Amino acid sequence: MAAAFVASGAVAPGRLLAHSQDRWSRGRKGPYDTDEEVNTFKEITTYNNFYEFGTDKSDPAEYSQSFKTSPWTVSVEGEVKHPTVYNLEDLLKPYNMEDRIYRHRCVEGWSMVIPWHGFPMADLIRRLEPTSRAKYVEFTTLLDPSQMPGQKRSYLDWPYREGLRMDEAMNPLAFVAVGLYGKALPNQNGAPLRSVIPWKYGFKCCKSIVRIRFVRTQPATTWNEAAPNEYGFYSNVNPEVDHPRWSQKTERRIGEFFKRKTLMFNGYADQVASMYTGMDLRKYF
Amino acid sequence: MREKRFDAVRFVFKPAVFLLCLIPLGLLVYNFFTDNLSANPISDITNETGTWTLRFLVVTLSITPVRKMTGWSSLQRFRRMVGLFAFLYVSLHFATYIYLDKFFDWPEVVKDVGKRPFITVGFTAFVLLTPLAATSFDSVMKWMGGKRWRMLHRLVYACATLGVIHYLWLVKADTQRPLMYGAFVAVLLGYRLWVYVRNKAAKARRQSAQNAVVPNSELFPRLSNK
Repeated sequence: MAAAFVASGAVAPGRLLAHSQDRWSRGRKGPYDTDEEVNTFKEITTYNNFYEFGTDKSDPAEYSQSFKTSPWTVSVEGEVKHPTVYNLEDLLKPYNMEDRIYRHRCVEGWSMVIPWHGFPMADLIRRLEPTSRAKYVEFTTLLDPSQMPGQKRSYLDWPYREGLRMDEAMNPLAFVAVGLYGKALPNQNGAPLRSVIPWKYGFKCCKSIVRIRFVRTQPATTWNEAAPNEYGFYSNVNPEVDHPRWSQKTERRIGEFFKRKTLMFNGYADQVASMYTGMDLRKYF
Repeated sequence: MREKRFDAVRFVFKPAVFLLCLIPLGLLVYNFFTDNLSANPISDITNETGTWTLRFLVVTLSITPVRKMTGWSSLQRFRRMVGLFAFLYVSLHFATYIYLDKFFDWPEVVKDVGKRPFITVGFTAFVLLTPLAATSFDSVMKWMGGKRWRMLHRLVYACATLGVIHYLWLVKADTQRPLMYGAFVAVLLGYRLWVYVRNKAAKARRQSAQNAVVPNSELFPRLSNK
């Protein structure tokens, strides 16, 4: 598996031992890492929302095992100096991989702490050289119903598309993950590469990315199209703005019995709140 | 005197079905303690008890139509038990919500029930099922009288419908399963509507036939007087 090779090649050799460990062994704490206890590898890789493989939490782990992540290309399009189709290896080559321990909050009301492995999205975007007209960036997931059985049904409008405002994509917290727990990204978690936007609800991350498009206007996104009154374009984690059908005030951290209070911007307000000053977050939910 | 026949339904089939109905609960408990549920076991307990409530409601509603079609009258003797199992599972479902989701935060519960349509609907279904369970004893049935008891127990039609709506309104995008239960309930309630309309039409026919006899005799009084 090329993706496994690429990701593990950048990992410090000692880290590979994490395979046999149930709990993540922390390295030096990075500036954006949370101190909270990390979820187990099993929790992170068996409880997934990845509707391309089915709508049950166990479906992605079950139906993604033969998913082919090599060869893999990523097409960079739109308002960009050189529109290019990259081989995954070429796209990833320039980056020093690092671990990021982030909180992950699902719009359904559960959360995890995940040690991602990858590189800052800002580094990628700078290298792709979008033009000054690029105001948003759109990510698209692979469309391949023969490999992704969920795409044979039409509960969402495939392929999955997500988007960010340019400043959001350039925020130091925005991350591109090619691994977790120090190894290549498991298929059920969005292999071979996915976005990680820790201050937004989980569905704002785009998995198994095949296209990155820079655009002038706010792109249409999959969940927003499916239910515009329930899933906004921004979808910042916000305990004060409920989902129309359920409260967002609390969440269940996977592995814990009692519920936790949900934090504004999922606890990342210091790093991201300034991007939204003056915006009515009830209107732009 | 003739020896009483061995009542197989009472001594074999009913205990067997009783144990069968406990299997989903047993599996849930077993999987919980052997760590075979998902990473979010509380969510699994909520979903499983809810789904099994719907399944038991569908089975309860199927008993009368199946009995009429097959002529196997003993089926009727299972209806109360299966119905009460629906109530057991909905009670567990409700208890899971109150305890493991809301941790007995009653003001939050009241707000939830009032504010969230899918909870309003589910809660209503649970409330409506309670009198049915409470009046399931022979003595109460006798005290109420068959007609009133049957009237009350038609509430189960509303419960099943509300249960399906509750499920439909809580899923995010994939409505396949709630719609499947909806189809079952629609067929089972449609059957009852069809029987009702057919009986009513038959009754109307009988009545108009009777009515037709009267004017005939009035039209030809001399014929009958003769």
